[in-house]
Amino acid sequence: MLGLNKQDTTILLVVAALTIFAPFILNPFPVDSAMAQFNAGYPDLMQRFVIFGIFAIGFNILFGLTGYLSFGHAAFLGIGSYSAVWMFKLLSMNVIPAIILAVIMSGLFAVVIGYVSLRRSGIYFSILTLAFAMMMFALAYSVLTPITGGETGLQLALDDPRILGISATPEGNIPTPSLFGVEMRASTTVPVGAWEFTFNFGYYFCALIMLVAFYLSVRIFRSPFGLTLRAIKSNQQRLNYTGVNPKPYTLAAFVISGMYAGLAGALMASMDPLAGAERMFWTQSGEVVLMTILGGVGTLFGPVLGAGMIKYMENIISKINSDILHSWFAFLPDGLEDLIVAIIYPFIGKGWHLTLGLIFMLVVIFLPGGLVEGGQRVRSWMKNRGKSKEETSQTPAE
Amino acid sequence: MGILEVKGVNKRFGGLQALGDVNLSIKENTVHAIIGPNGAGKSTLLNCLVGKLIPDSGSVMFDGQSVLGRKPHEINQMGISRVFQTPEIFTDLSVIENVMIPCFAKRDGAFRLHAVEAVASEKDIVEQAEQMLADVNMLDKRNMHAGSMSRGDKRRLEMAMCLVQNPKLLLLDEPTAGMARADTNNTIDLLKEIKEKRDITMAIIEHDMHVVFSLAERITVLAQGTPLVEETPENIKGHPKVREAYLGEAQV
Repeated sequence: MLGLNKQDTTILLVVAALTIFAPFILNPFPVDSAMAQFNAGYPDLMQRFVIFGIFAIGFNILFGLTGYLSFGHAAFLGIGSYSAVWMFKLLSMNVIPAIILAVIMSGLFAVVIGYVSLRRSGIYFSILTLAFAMMMFALAYSVLTPITGGETGLQLALDDPRILGISATPEGNIPTPSLFGVEMRASTTVPVGAWEFTFNFGYYFCALIMLVAFYLSVRIFRSPFGLTLRAIKSNQQRLNYTGVNPKPYTLAAFVISGMYAGLAGALMASMDPLAGAERMFWTQSGEVVLMTILGGVGTLFGPVLGAGMIKYMENIISKINSDILHSWFAFLPDGLEDLIVAIIYPFIGKGWHLTLGLIFMLVVIFLPGGLVEGGQRVRSWMKNRGKSKEETSQTPAE
Repeated sequence: MGILEVKGVNKRFGGLQALGDVNLSIKENTVHAIIGPNGAGKSTLLNCLVGKLIPDSGSVMFDGQSVLGRKPHEINQMGISRVFQTPEIFTDLSVIENVMIPCFAKRDGAFRLHAVEAVASEKDIVEQAEQMLADVNMLDKRNMHAGSMSRGDKRRLEMAMCLVQNPKLLLLDEPTAGMARADTNNTIDLLKEIKEKRDITMAIIEHDMHVVFSLAERITVLAQGTPLVEETPENIKGHPKVREAYLGEAQV
């Protein structure tokens, strides 16, 4: 289907099904139950899942295929957001021009940063990209305040021109981002028995774009271009002596992944029309590296999975506080309850980074191929178990 | 005129004269061996031919064009392929993918943004790569992970990757270094077979005299960065200058 082989088509369909039914899948617990806080099916978080999915998919095209570890990809995220917000300020609140400008701008910056950084490989490449991103963060935070809004960030205002739209709504509010009149924040909540499912237009818009982005990345992975990128990761010396110039290939991969990041930045701004310099900070660059490694470097599905996992933990585990813990363990004797809460407490709330760090270490040590490798192992283990069961059941019959 | 003409090439590393006035002519469709004791400048010479090093002076002409100042991938596109001392292959890719990359490089040049079509739908390239694997008796390993193969198979694969481009000149840098006798003989047979099947010029740098005398039609002896003699294998064996280079001045 769509020029993909059977296996890739399956993966694409699985990702499509997961994103379409996400409002159900992420809300498995009834609203009033004690487990309701593990529900992740609210628009804001679902949007973040798919937007960071796009960011990680793009990052994986560079890191997963060529092995070049960029530590400054958040710069493109920031450029995407700033470009989109400027489009909202100057042109109209329609997200399409904003996204187009964001992708073009991040692509242009990626050409320049990539051209310079790719003169080196390995750790030096990583440091160069990090330096660029931090320079851009510093510029956005201070010197470029007229363009970026500095510390407060770039925000919409009532007196923005918006030549193709309206500066203010008849009620005197700032208009919200929309797609040809349909607002991104438009939501419908459907109660089903004790459950409640929210369908948000912004989420489905981002999800559709993520599916397209995912499909394109599958095509890139399977193309001769993708094969050459994998050859660069494997043995650049051999590639040189095979008549291939690796430089334009790595630059193309860098620019493509920069454009993906710009797209993600534009969508972030489309969901919430403001852009701040902290979006370019190095921790943000580090986060996408974590997502890709956690999910599985160089796999198709891994980055999406890693992005979802980290965003889920960031938003759900961080919300658990000591009161909730006490209510969970209330059935235990008092002393024991306090002890268990005291043990778990550092790993929840603001300590969610500790949990993430532990999971990350376990994955890197035991599953170098990421969560995707974990899934494959479980599958092959189940297969083998099924086989050996058949064998044992056949033995007595002989 | 040979297909490769090296004239007056000098190369210095600090105080060391690695190559001093090297003249070498390799004729089309011959197997030309370059031998010499350790430190004679064999590898330096080879690196000057493939663009890894640039000589301080002199000229290197291949097929009527200068190779000096060109990058390794440009020199490959001119028709020179190279086999390394330890097989250099794409260890993370499958065997067939290893052979397809040089096919794409030959067809598409040094760079082509070719990101839409699937590799599997490039029927011509797949066929060409399979044919090449069949030629070196590796078709049964088509989908194997290249890095997990034995060293002999890696060498065979590397040769296939070079030959599939139909190079005018194949450079071999000690192709049997560190190999067991059986593997060495296999490599000799493989090279002989290649030579019989197609018109190809080969330049071999080698320590192993058994390999040299089994394959070479011309031999150049290099010592201290300068060619001593260029002769046929029969005439090299008893040549006094060669004995001197290898064994010192003492009479043996």
